[in-house]
Amino acid sequence: MNAIAQKTADRIARIGLEVIHLVAFIGYAARLLMMSLTLLVRGHAMGQPVRMRHIVSEIITAGIQALPVVILMASTIGVMLSIQGIHSLRIFGAETQVTFGLALSIPREFAPLITGIIVAGRSGSQLTSRVGSMRLNGEIDALTVMGISPIRFVVAPAIIGLIISLPLLVAVANVAAFGAAQLYIEATLGIASEAYWADILSVVTIADLIHCFGKSLLFAVLISLTGIVMGMGVSGGAEVLGKATTSSVVSCIGAIIAADTIFALVL
Amino acid sequence: MTTTPANPTAPIVVTDLQGGYNGQAVIHGCNMEIAAGEIVVIMGGSGSGKSTFLRHLIGLKEPMTGDVQLFGQSLYGVNETKRLQLLKGIGVAFQSGALLSSLTVGQNVALPMIEHTDLDAEMIDIIVRMKLDFVNLLGKEDLLPSELSGGMLKRAAVARAIALDPRLTFMDEPSAGLDPVVAAALDELIIKLRDSLGMSVVVVTHELESAFKIADRIVVLDRGYIIFSGTVDDIKNSDNQRIQNLINRVAEEDDFDPEAHLKRLFGEN
Repeated sequence: MNAIAQKTADRIARIGLEVIHLVAFIGYAARLLMMSLTLLVRGHAMGQPVRMRHIVSEIITAGIQALPVVILMASTIGVMLSIQGIHSLRIFGAETQVTFGLALSIPREFAPLITGIIVAGRSGSQLTSRVGSMRLNGEIDALTVMGISPIRFVVAPAIIGLIISLPLLVAVANVAAFGAAQLYIEATLGIASEAYWADILSVVTIADLIHCFGKSLLFAVLISLTGIVMGMGVSGGAEVLGKATTSSVVSCIGAIIAADTIFALVL
Repeated sequence: MTTTPANPTAPIVVTDLQGGYNGQAVIHGCNMEIAAGEIVVIMGGSGSGKSTFLRHLIGLKEPMTGDVQLFGQSLYGVNETKRLQLLKGIGVAFQSGALLSSLTVGQNVALPMIEHTDLDAEMIDIIVRMKLDFVNLLGKEDLLPSELSGGMLKRAAVARAIALDPRLTFMDEPSAGLDPVVAAALDELIIKLRDSLGMSVVVVTHELESAFKIADRIVVLDRGYIIFSGTVDDIKNSDNQRIQNLINRVAEEDDFDPEAHLKRLFGEN
């Protein structure tokens, strides 16, 4: 009986420990976000300015370099949704209504989610490995003793760069998905492009766009913070860094899907 | 040990410093003051607390009690922004170099100037070349840190540490792992920094030969306590057994408890 009680107590303690880690993780991430935003606004006055060139460099890495893969994936999703939509609607003889399905699902769901997952895979892991290796090599300490806040030099540009890049990538993903779907639908159903775009524009509302870009901003914050916090936690050696990078991708995607679900349920 | 009064003219004053990890003290009640233009070598065996002590001195680790004053101002009694401002006045050359791997050697040396001064790019270029010349690395400014040898990395780190002509520079194990010729050149470099720039230099090392050559004063840390502070002659004449063991490279055994040792071997505690 005692052994069972002991085991139960151990399990509860382990769960408690995990909860403490999670709370610490969220608290640290919130602190990094607050400090980054503070330095962005008041950095000059505090002697720690966030440099525009660092933000631009992040936009190039996280945004512009992700364009080809985002366009490719979004186009594929657009065509796939059209195929599935036409296939399902044919049962009711309503395949021409496929445009409405696309207009309702691409901006609200597929464009932000697919882009978020791609960016999580690219930038989330890249941030963890970059920050983690900077920690292992003592570069973060070196910045601090040079009087350069690592938050304004490394963290803030990455967060702000992604906050700017991700909504732009989502906008491109929307256009790519709708564009590719249009080509497929025109070829299959013979719907003229003018009619197609008129249908799409009549269905997509401002609320859909707010939903779409609001979500992408949230994803940007989640991906950058998860990547950075996991990188900051790296200590020991290369193996730990490898593990952190892998689990960073999983955590980023997990966070995105959880946030997406909450968004879908609440809004 | 008595409390050292804070001296506003001294580059660094350490008062009753106690520090460590997870509430466990590794450094106990340390007091130290370094004068302008003085080379102080901090020595001690492995596990003596040298590295932890250094991290407290350079603002990377808040002490449990006590304080470190840089140029008359408390390093830990202020907020983070003020602390970073104070740290702009010192230079640190890390054991591994810790150069930013994404930047070239020249960009690394230029970084403190770009971030903390209003100098134009041309002037920064000239100063970078002067600093690299000072450490015999002129012509290597376009190489990445990964393309440098161990000795070059340490010298590049020194060039970055002295980029802003700080009044106080810290060097962590500058000659560890280097061949004797390069190590000797680094020693000369440290003396040159003091003589030509009037810089105070704190060197953490366990290389005896190097310490005896460069030190104006040697501070010995043992199990987290400062057990000695004096000149090279003083340390050679010290009658403290642990100091003699350290400088004569004599292995020492702690109070040996055979029973406890056996238990450890069998993994019983």
